[in-house]
Amino acid sequence: MRAVIHLGAAAVLASVLAAAVPARAETIQVVIEKLVFSPAEISAHVGDTIEWVNKDPLAHTATVKGGWEVMIPARKTVSQKLETAEAVDFYCRFHPNMTGRLKVEAR
Amino acid sequence: MPARSLAALAALCLIGSSTFAMAQDKPTDPQIAHIAYTAGTIDIEAAKLAVQKSKTQAVVDFANDMIRDHEAVNQQALDLVKKLDVTPQDNATSQSLSKAAADERAKLSTLDGAAFDKAYVDNEVAYHKQVNGALEGLLIPSAQNAELKSLLETGLKLFQGHQAHAEHVVAELK
Ligand SMILES: [Cu+2]
Repeated sequence: MRAVIHLGAAAVLASVLAAAVPARAETIQVVIEKLVFSPAEISAHVGDTIEWVNKDPLAHTATVKGGWEVMIPARKTVSQKLETAEAVDFYCRFHPNMTGRLKVEAR
Repeated sequence: MPARSLAALAALCLIGSSTFAMAQDKPTDPQIAHIAYTAGTIDIEAAKLAVQKSKTQAVVDFANDMIRDHEAVNQQALDLVKKLDVTPQDNATSQSLSKAAADERAKLSTLDGAAFDKAYVDNEVAYHKQVNGALEGLLIPSAQNAELKSLLETGLKLFQGHQAHAEHVVAELK
């Protein structure tokens, strides 16, 4: 009887722990084609990775004014791990009419 | 290039093509490839002149952007025609573009300082406007090959940005 109770408690404890463990980090693809970021509005969590997939024959950047910059060469894919919770506007420094918004939430 | 030349080009193009047996009013893919490449080369040449002559940072930066972007698109165009095994075909529109560009270069080379900056950037606005009009109204709708069409669409998007950038520099020079 006692063993059964313990087992039940262990199961409850296990499920509580499972809920507390963060969901698996995701990889989010942002495709750049014909000078457009899509999606242009990105929602992510700390620990996720953005894959910038540049299908254009031109180099682009994802640049946050006064912040970080990712250089994305022509027809290349660049990964960026998101380390910080932030909500920022980004643009391409070479083609400033390319814009987007990134929201990174704490997990 | 003077503002009237693309209208003249369009007219030339229509007249020229009516001499073809099939009375087509649209340029063929080999002609489109030639026109697009020629238009890019013209802008690269003008930009190289500006990098050489201008002392204004905003103008030099703009010109360097033109070189970077138009060279990338032209390289892509070359790769594509090679892949498709197409030979770009010279045509009245390309010739008219080249002629207008030669005149503009001759004019620019006589100018210096602020007069050069203004003439160069004003012409860049007008030139990109004309090229974008031709891409949108004639070249993209006429292109048969999907990859060529796609490259032209990328070019249009890019050159619309160039036009806005040039307009911005014009405002800055005032
Ligand atoms: Cu860009």
